[in-house]
Amino acid sequence: MSGAWEWLPWRRLRAHGIMGMNERNGDFILRYNPRPNFPLVDDKQKTKAIALAAGIPVPDLYGVVEIEHQIEELRLQLSPHDDFVVKPAHGSGGEGVLVITGRVNDAYRRASGSVASEEELGHHISNILSGMYSLGGMPDCALIEYRVKFDPIFTDISYLGVPDIRTIVFRGIPVMAMLRLPTRASDGKANLHQGAIGVGIDLATGRTFSGVWHDSLVGEHPDTGGEIEGVQIPHWEDILALTARCHDLVGLGYLGVDIVLDGELGPLMLEMNARPGLAIQLANRTGLLKRLRTVEGLRAVPEALGERVALAKALCR
Amino acid sequence: MRNLHVKLLALVLVLVGAGLCYYKVTRLGLPLFPTQHAEVWTVEARVEFKARHDTPVKVRLGIPRAPDGYTVVHESFVASNYGLTTEDDGLNRFAQWAVRKMRGWQVLYYRIQLARDPAHESLPAPPPPVTESADFPEPIHSAVRAILAEVQRKSADATTFAKQLVTRLHVSSQDSNVMLLHQDIQSDEDWARRLVDVLAVAQIPARLMRVLLLKDGVSHGSLIPWIEIHDGQTWLPFDPETGDQGLPETAVVWLMGDAELLDLQGGKHGKVEYSISQQTQEMTLVAEERARQMGSRLMEFSLFSLPVQTQNVYRVLLLVPIGALLIVILRNIVGVQTFGTFMPILIALAFRETELLWGLILFTTLIALGLVIRFYLEYLKLLLVPRLAAVLIIVVMLMLAVGLVSHKLGIDRGLSVALFPMVILAMTIERMSLVWEELGPAAAFRQGFGSLSVAALGYLSMSSVYLGHLVFVFPELLLIVLAATLLIGRYTGYRLLELWRFRAVLFSRPGA
Repeated sequence: MSGAWEWLPWRRLRAHGIMGMNERNGDFILRYNPRPNFPLVDDKQKTKAIALAAGIPVPDLYGVVEIEHQIEELRLQLSPHDDFVVKPAHGSGGEGVLVITGRVNDAYRRASGSVASEEELGHHISNILSGMYSLGGMPDCALIEYRVKFDPIFTDISYLGVPDIRTIVFRGIPVMAMLRLPTRASDGKANLHQGAIGVGIDLATGRTFSGVWHDSLVGEHPDTGGEIEGVQIPHWEDILALTARCHDLVGLGYLGVDIVLDGELGPLMLEMNARPGLAIQLANRTGLLKRLRTVEGLRAVPEALGERVALAKALCR
Repeated sequence: MRNLHVKLLALVLVLVGAGLCYYKVTRLGLPLFPTQHAEVWTVEARVEFKARHDTPVKVRLGIPRAPDGYTVVHESFVASNYGLTTEDDGLNRFAQWAVRKMRGWQVLYYRIQLARDPAHESLPAPPPPVTESADFPEPIHSAVRAILAEVQRKSADATTFAKQLVTRLHVSSQDSNVMLLHQDIQSDEDWARRLVDVLAVAQIPARLMRVLLLKDGVSHGSLIPWIEIHDGQTWLPFDPETGDQGLPETAVVWLMGDAELLDLQGGKHGKVEYSISQQTQEMTLVAEERARQMGSRLMEFSLFSLPVQTQNVYRVLLLVPIGALLIVILRNIVGVQTFGTFMPILIALAFRETELLWGLILFTTLIALGLVIRFYLEYLKLLLVPRLAAVLIIVVMLMLAVGLVSHKLGIDRGLSVALFPMVILAMTIERMSLVWEELGPAAAFRQGFGSLSVAALGYLSMSSVYLGHLVFVFPELLLIVLAATLLIGRYTGYRLLELWRFRAVLFSRPGA
């Protein structure tokens, strides 16, 4: 522990409180996330159901396709909706998500602007059903839900997809958050390893720091040129409270909650993750460990949401 | 708390594994290195005699009884038509051949293979026999008395006495008393007997011993006499010619005491000749044999007791844990990404047959061809399981094609393509194409390269002769491998590649 070795990279990462994959798995996921509760977050249909039951706002579910046969009736089912999102119930990392923004004659228009025929949509859904996007290739079902029209504040700093806010919630207290901005490179997806921008958020104020894109710092969105730093995220208090409530819902101690901001409906809970990634530390350029250990040291976590949000805000100081 | 539990468990596993291994190395003499060879001496005693045609023939030949410093690796008796029994009288062993009727010259063989073994413990020495004072006729008796009295003065104890006596009685001596003692001696053996008798007069227990000196290439060798005296605690060997204490390094004690080497009934012109040759043999086999003779319980569970074919299966099987440990290290400590957790091990096992370079070439070729066809299948929009099956069928056809083409080209190495696990290949192609589409070619190549390097490393560690030898001879070392795996299972430090991943944090202020 002598100062002579402080220059070693792992010593310096440790000093920054950066958490590694092994530590996340061994000390947090294995310890705080009981396995029987995993299906609650791995199956988006279940997540949606319990969230609705608890009164947590989620994107409206238009329909569920469980068997191949139902694809034929899809057209009828979808007729009242011009735009929607198709996603696998057991997908991860935004894979298998198809966003339809409108109709062109008999076909659908994708978020990217290209046109998908009725047949192509059917094939995509049947791929989902056969388990192409699910963990371990298990047969899956496809969810068709409301397409989020994101808050206008993100118009300048988002390309094609919907930006979302990932928050790590530990023992019911939000400990770190980031804004994920889709880019042309990420193909509208909001995952950092697919090329989205990760932007750290100041928990206390809801203001963004600068972003990280492909391992380098960015101050502007590479596709739109919009300023990333210093954006005030609306409804920040509500978002923190919402993520804290999600913990109570699924009983997972170490949880990632993804929230989108709809222009009309406000914050909606999109999905939860029992194994949230570590990139959030890069986006915030801060390690998780110090905050996690602080929360771990709490004898009891307060029941009231307000107190928990206050605790979260105090963490980053 | 849980960490302590894991650490204690690992400690116990390491102790048990290392302890068993230590016991096997030090007590059973199992070699730690595969290249160690032991010198093995093959001694053949050839018994020749002329049978009398009218009586039954009984041949009794003295044979070694667990000789000091050697391990009996193998022993055989060659004599057709003869019945064979062996007996052990506590001092010597005898082979007894018997036949009812036989005529003409007869040749019998006794063959023994001996390996040097310094750790071999000798059997407990029998107590000294009661010394019977031999009676020498006059004037020899007086001569003996005179010499003994003189030697007595010049010696301190039994050992120095014996040494002094042998020197004093040397054949070159001009002393009349000594010449008198040598007078009726015809062979070295007679002389050794006389020395024993003289020592008996001095109340020193002594006995005759016949030894064979191992020398490569001897074909008509014979035993040479030696004497042993008892100094009150143990038997000490002496050279009857020079009086030097001890046995030569190469001596094998063949017969102790006065017993006849060859006792022939119903035959004449009996003769025993020895031929000796030396070979080297794998130390492992010798040690196994020795451990078996020592009656070690442990060796009953040795893998060497299995049929050879099964042994070869286990040789491969025992390497899998080594590969698994390698995967654990590379994934959890280094942080390498691979397709499938243990896929690289299976590929590495296939590399064992194809050898590394050809393995890499064939594997890359198959995956590349498979990927091209897989992308075409993507265009057809097939459902998942039929698509996987189609990829599998195409992989099999590709393997067939590569095998046939390489055979036509005269590259027989290409035929070993059949040894690749095809389901693994098909899954690899499918995974790689998914990663390609979802995360881009860069990620696909990175993971593919990761898998291939891990497989190559796995091949290098699993094809190591040394490691293969270690786990096969000391399977208990797998407990140590298990302990290491358990410890890594509770390792929560950084992975090596995370140091690179989080490097941005190192060069900026937190929260900036």
